[in-house]
Amino acid sequence: MDAMDRDILLALAGDGRLSAGALGRQFGLSQPAMWRRIKRLQDAGVLKGRRLRLNSAAVGFGVTVFLGIKLATKGRVSLEDFERAITAIPEVQSVDHVLGLYDYRLRVVARDLADFERVLRRRIMTLPGVGDIESNVLLSEERRMGPI
Amino acid sequence: MLDDVDRRLLRLYQSDPDLNLADLATQAGLSAAKATRRLDKLAQSGVIEGVEAVIDWAALGYVVEVSLRVALDKTQTRAFDNFIAAARAVPQVIEIQTFLGRVDVRLSVLARDMADYQQLYRDHILTLPHIADIEALMLVSRIKDETGVPL
Repeated sequence: MDAMDRDILLALAGDGRLSAGALGRQFGLSQPAMWRRIKRLQDAGVLKGRRLRLNSAAVGFGVTVFLGIKLATKGRVSLEDFERAITAIPEVQSVDHVLGLYDYRLRVVARDLADFERVLRRRIMTLPGVGDIESNVLLSEERRMGPI
Repeated sequence: MLDDVDRRLLRLYQSDPDLNLADLATQAGLSAAKATRRLDKLAQSGVIEGVEAVIDWAALGYVVEVSLRVALDKTQTRAFDNFIAAARAVPQVIEIQTFLGRVDVRLSVLARDMADYQQLYRDHILTLPHIADIEALMLVSRIKDETGVPL
């Protein structure tokens, strides 16, 4: 990783559709030279694909809630059962297995608070082994470029 | 408001952002011109915010990711603004979120290893202004990671 690799990562994190030609013009490299750099970053696993960023409120999902979940019963089987069941819920965007106050951290989207309550009560609280649950409603969010 | 065709287009695009326009249009059952027009409209109205490259921080050597749940001292009127402004200046912070609930602010931070994390925590996190309480959740594994919405 040199300074130009960092610049390329920053540019692609802002707009993942930039072509090798466009990036090359921006940073003073030929298209093939830029293509090789991008390929190297992909091969090293640093660039692992692209993601469409949607405004979730604009597509009808106005509420995002983060849940901390503690399992009441533990053991390998119950962890696997829980993980399989929780990842199958479409409103659950992300599931992180964590160490600390909770066992899992979830990001859940819903149309509104009533819809969230339905997902929480009917889909999540009914899962086997679920113990303590804490909900925090997301108010604002910003992603930073990070230590590139 | 979105119609069913918009939803279908977004669902396909969301599940595979590498699709080129022609393939996306075909799969959505639209002509390329119609698909382009719809995507442009969705971008202009702010529904589509963009396409971003996903960076694997572990591949860059940042293998430790910690979620820091912070309660702020709300007797300080500018606690949120001051805290967030100071957190933005820490490069290892990759996410800043504010909440309604027991947690006021959550930071996601990256570190190269536990020693690096300890130093970051002591020198740059605990020194952030107006912290009343802080709890750490250390990421063990990511079981599901979809930023997509169930369209």
